[in-house]
Amino acid sequence: MVEVKNLVKCYGGRNAVDHLSFTVEDGQIFGFLGPNGAGKTTTMNIMTGYLAATEGDVVIEGHNVLEEPEAAKRCIGYLPELPPLYPDMTVLEYLRFVAELKRIPKTERENQIGRCVALTHLEEMSNRLIRNLSKGYRQRVGLAQAMLGFPKIIILDEPTVGLDPKQVVEIRDLIRQLAREHTVIISSHILSEIRAVCDHVLIIRKGRFVACDTPEHLEELLSSTDQLALTARGSRSAVESILAGQAQVRSHVLTENSDGTVHAELTVEGDPREQLFYAFAEAKCPLVELGVRMASLEDVFLDLTDDDDAVAAKAAALLTGSSVPEEAAAPEGEEAEEKEGTGNESDL
Amino acid sequence: MKAIYKREFHSYFNSMTGWLFVAVMTLFVGIYFMAYNLFAGQPYFSSALSGTLFVFMVLIPILTMRSMAEERHSKTDQLLLTSPASVTSVVLGKYFALLSVLAVPVLISCLCPLIIKLNGTAFLRADYATILAFFLLGAVEIAVGLLISALTESQIIAAVGTFCILLVLYLWDGLTSYLPTSAGGSLGGLFIVLAIVCFLLNSLSDNWKITVGTAVAGTAVLLGFYWHDSSKFKSLLPDALGKFSLLNAFDSFASDHVFDLSGLLLYLSLIALLVFLTVQVIQKRRWN
Repeated sequence: MVEVKNLVKCYGGRNAVDHLSFTVEDGQIFGFLGPNGAGKTTTMNIMTGYLAATEGDVVIEGHNVLEEPEAAKRCIGYLPELPPLYPDMTVLEYLRFVAELKRIPKTERENQIGRCVALTHLEEMSNRLIRNLSKGYRQRVGLAQAMLGFPKIIILDEPTVGLDPKQVVEIRDLIRQLAREHTVIISSHILSEIRAVCDHVLIIRKGRFVACDTPEHLEELLSSTDQLALTARGSRSAVESILAGQAQVRSHVLTENSDGTVHAELTVEGDPREQLFYAFAEAKCPLVELGVRMASLEDVFLDLTDDDDAVAAKAAALLTGSSVPEEAAAPEGEEAEEKEGTGNESDL
Repeated sequence: MKAIYKREFHSYFNSMTGWLFVAVMTLFVGIYFMAYNLFAGQPYFSSALSGTLFVFMVLIPILTMRSMAEERHSKTDQLLLTSPASVTSVVLGKYFALLSVLAVPVLISCLCPLIIKLNGTAFLRADYATILAFFLLGAVEIAVGLLISALTESQIIAAVGTFCILLVLYLWDGLTSYLPTSAGGSLGGLFIVLAIVCFLLNSLSDNWKITVGTAVAGTAVLLGFYWHDSSKFKSLLPDALGKFSLLNAFDSFASDHVFDLSGLLLYLSLIALLVFLTVQVIQKRRWN
């Protein structure tokens, strides 16, 4: 279990992490989500003991990182943003060095290195110099390094950045595999990535707590304003009349495309996709595309982490289910939302 | 510590640096050995060693420049500092690896007194004591290089900075002779030393109360002693600073053939101080 309490990190008068508190339970895949510069890496660096916090505590498995650094660090495997590799070593030499550094007993070392190499599919590369490895393989060596010793908590800072799509899928599979026995904490600025692997998400913005929940629950809260998008072949007036006959469609915006199709964005109640399909079929106005407008989630995430405080506060209000009055979207509004956010967390 | 020691030592000999250091050191020791002992026929190997000392000034910055700066530059320090190893053991591991590289040419030069012995009279005890002092002097200079390397991310700055400090250490005796010998001059000099100490204290502790306390206490003590007996301040500063001369201690081994215990203690305490400061510099950075 990782407890972060009231963490503050001050860089030259600016708070990179601002009174951040959260708890990661055992066995979770916990995701940090936030735009670049939100304080994800700083938080991770503090959690692993690389940086010291200006204020607040990090407690790893009951050990405070500052007071009992060695005991706390033994429970953690960390892959920083840039894998900490020595280019003049071969993969095996490097992993042996890390194993010794992590004080893995001599008798277990070779066995563990073998397992890590197998898990990250590095067998063919094990005698190559790290200097000669591609970005993807370097990332995997970094991952193997973090896994060595099989610590209870594995912290990965943007593990899939710079990888090709196939490698991304592989790394995600590996993370899921790891999560069976370990608590995994990953960070990302990509929403879909977090949604794909994490069972808990912490959204931070400008070093502050915004929300912490399961992705499904967040999605539910965020997509409460259901949006559909459809494209149909036919005239604008025909589409308009069909849509007007649908009770569940509350409002729509139409745009005519140059290829004789009409694109419509709908705000709906419930899920009227089947009715829409039959209605358009009856009117001989074929549907070319019909889908949930997924971008809305991204939009809300973008709003949540918007540079403008007012926009972010409004989006956060959507999350916590309370309506923040327009005029209160200033600093006090943010305070209130923060408290509600923390309450939300303890409910879980 | 052992893991870091092994990795560092291997990396020096996997790259050019270690071999270059050993080769150039051995070459220069060999040249002076040939010139002083084999051709000029001097029985003391120590005179050849004192001739070789200046090579340290060039080689040690090259040897130490990457030790800490490179880790920070390539962010591999994240691995070391998030591992269960403490900062002290990281620094000591690196320092001992550097000492081991230095030990290689020193061990090779241990053969030279034996070669002299084969050809006539040798003063083995004096020569081996000088080799010990030579090694420890090198160890002090490596500790300087390690500290400077920990201060910066750039290897070039580390090398140039170390070179400058080593140069000042070589010119130390000459420079201290330019200091004023009057009582007032010494007092002024001591105030400058106090100011430097306070500045270092402030940047290390970030606590202005400690700094101001030290400054006030130091000023009071200095003025108190000066008021009590100003004649004691006469040439106090040059004498006191002269005591820290690294070359003096070495010369008493090499030229006077005396086993200078206080000189060795000076070397050892300087090494301890510099390694301690290196650890503090790295610890301090985590708090910034």
